[in-house]
Amino acid sequence: MVFTRTFNWPFGLLASNLGHMKIAVCIKQVPDSWAEKKMVGGLLDRANVDAVLNDLDEYAVEEALRIAEAHGGNEEGGANTVTVISMGPERATEAVRKALSMGANDAILISDAVLVGADAVVTAEVLANVISKGEYDLVICGTESTDARMSVVPAMMSEKLGCAQLTFASKVTVDPGAKKVSITRVTEAGVDEVHGEFPCVISVVEKINEPRYPSFKGIMAAKKKTIDIRDFASTGAEFTKSWSAVIDAAPRPPRATGVVVTDDGSAGQKLVDFLSEKKLI
Amino acid sequence: MSTVLILADFAGEKATKATVEIATAGAVIGEVTALVLAPVGKGAAYAASITQGPVTKVLVIESDDFTKHGVAACADALAHVIGQTTPSAVLVVSNAFGKEVAGRVAMKLKIGIITDAVDIASDCTATQLVFGGSTTVHSKVAEGTGIITVRPNTITANFAAATPLIENITAPISDSSKKATITSSQPPVKGGRPELTEANIVVSGGRGTNGDFASVEAFADSLGAAVGASRAATDAGWYPHSHQVGQTGKTVSPQLYVACGISGAIQHRAGMQTSKNIVVVNKDPEAPLFELADFGVVGDLFAVLPPATEGVKALKA
Repeated sequence: MVFTRTFNWPFGLLASNLGHMKIAVCIKQVPDSWAEKKMVGGLLDRANVDAVLNDLDEYAVEEALRIAEAHGGNEEGGANTVTVISMGPERATEAVRKALSMGANDAILISDAVLVGADAVVTAEVLANVISKGEYDLVICGTESTDARMSVVPAMMSEKLGCAQLTFASKVTVDPGAKKVSITRVTEAGVDEVHGEFPCVISVVEKINEPRYPSFKGIMAAKKKTIDIRDFASTGAEFTKSWSAVIDAAPRPPRATGVVVTDDGSAGQKLVDFLSEKKLI
Repeated sequence: MSTVLILADFAGEKATKATVEIATAGAVIGEVTALVLAPVGKGAAYAASITQGPVTKVLVIESDDFTKHGVAACADALAHVIGQTTPSAVLVVSNAFGKEVAGRVAMKLKIGIITDAVDIASDCTATQLVFGGSTTVHSKVAEGTGIITVRPNTITANFAAATPLIENITAPISDSSKKATITSSQPPVKGGRPELTEANIVVSGGRGTNGDFASVEAFADSLGAAVGASRAATDAGWYPHSHQVGQTGKTVSPQLYVACGISGAIQHRAGMQTSKNIVVVNKDPEAPLFELADFGVVGDLFAVLPPATEGVKALKA
């Protein structure tokens, strides 16, 4: 077990001291959540399936844009910038482009063959390194990707960055002058009011907002926006080795066919009989 | 003998059923030590609530940082105890809090993390059901201690009485883990029904309810069940989003799942197809969810559920 250092961001260099916010949004390209997914060689087959911007990341992009717009905007000449950060194959530029067409300013995509099959620890390590170098005030994420569904990367990045973890937010309030952020955290354990200062990592829950559809103008503008594609070495991350691995994967056998009855007025009672037979009541 | 460290899960001051479940899972690997993180003055009460499950030892750390700084402070304490005790594996309950604590600990100690296990073998191999339960995966951490989060309601808990040794210890909490501060906490609104992910029975409504969940709720209440909803129903604003079952909502694996007026898009199946028994009520005989049904009724839920509700009540009376 090795304890590695956490980053201490140089506060004097924070963008917010210069009068504007640098916001990063972490996104992931995932197989369409309406599509069947398969494992090949211990990894999710990402090549032969429609790929989209993770549903839950759209809320993060929207929230970042709303925060920027509420405090001076992020259009040309605006006070703030919204940068999309992603890790994935080059094909992930499609998902990145969608976030740009919603209104983000620019993007960084870390794409490298050594990162194929990276686990959550490696993913968080790489993203945290890129974020640390970019000196962002706010890092905004969705709560999980619809493929791996781990919900751990925002907390991991916060740990690595040594900054406040403001996750599972159903409401985010930002005070750029005081460099303070307050959120309402909603989980199975209840509702918490949580506060932190810049810089911080935020994750937002589904339905925090209504993500905008990219406008025609936004789609055209996104084509001209910069996607800075970086390799693993440029991130300065310390490792690529994954700490967990899949041993095997197999489709589950289909469920045995059950009984289907058509209601003739007695189906309600038949249902009760079934539950009783199965000792479910 | 190898030891397994579990992070005890509490609702209020009481250890949850999920705590007994992870203790049960851990006992397959080795002797189970439970870590209790409690506010100052509450450690003894928290520890005393661990009365069931194969737990041989309880380590108690008291600090108000756990309630004030949440996940980050708890992760510091758990990482400290892992460093001190070098267990074979660390098990945590797979809820938002448990997963985030596990994530921070994995990052801090550079150890492997596996989430949402539904079973764990004696060699620490974890079984996961991925892609909405359509695929079974076996995973293992590459080397050393791994941290595994275990999905509630998937391990058959061993409720044997526990009389563990209780030991009070301390752990340092770093300044960087105090950067988020919790100023108020409200427990979840119970509404008299069990929590969705922990319920033994879930009754869900979809598009077929047309926004009227009264029959679904009445049937759920007759069974003592939790109420779920499809994305179509929550998107329409018919039921709170916190009750959404599916790919982008909660994943449930109860003993019985009753889907009412839900056609069964992959989006929904992803959240419920690992349920032990599935009942489907739908007007449309072509609804794809009938493929998963152990018992299906082709019929109007408003005609089928009321007599079923009365039938259950009569049986229980």
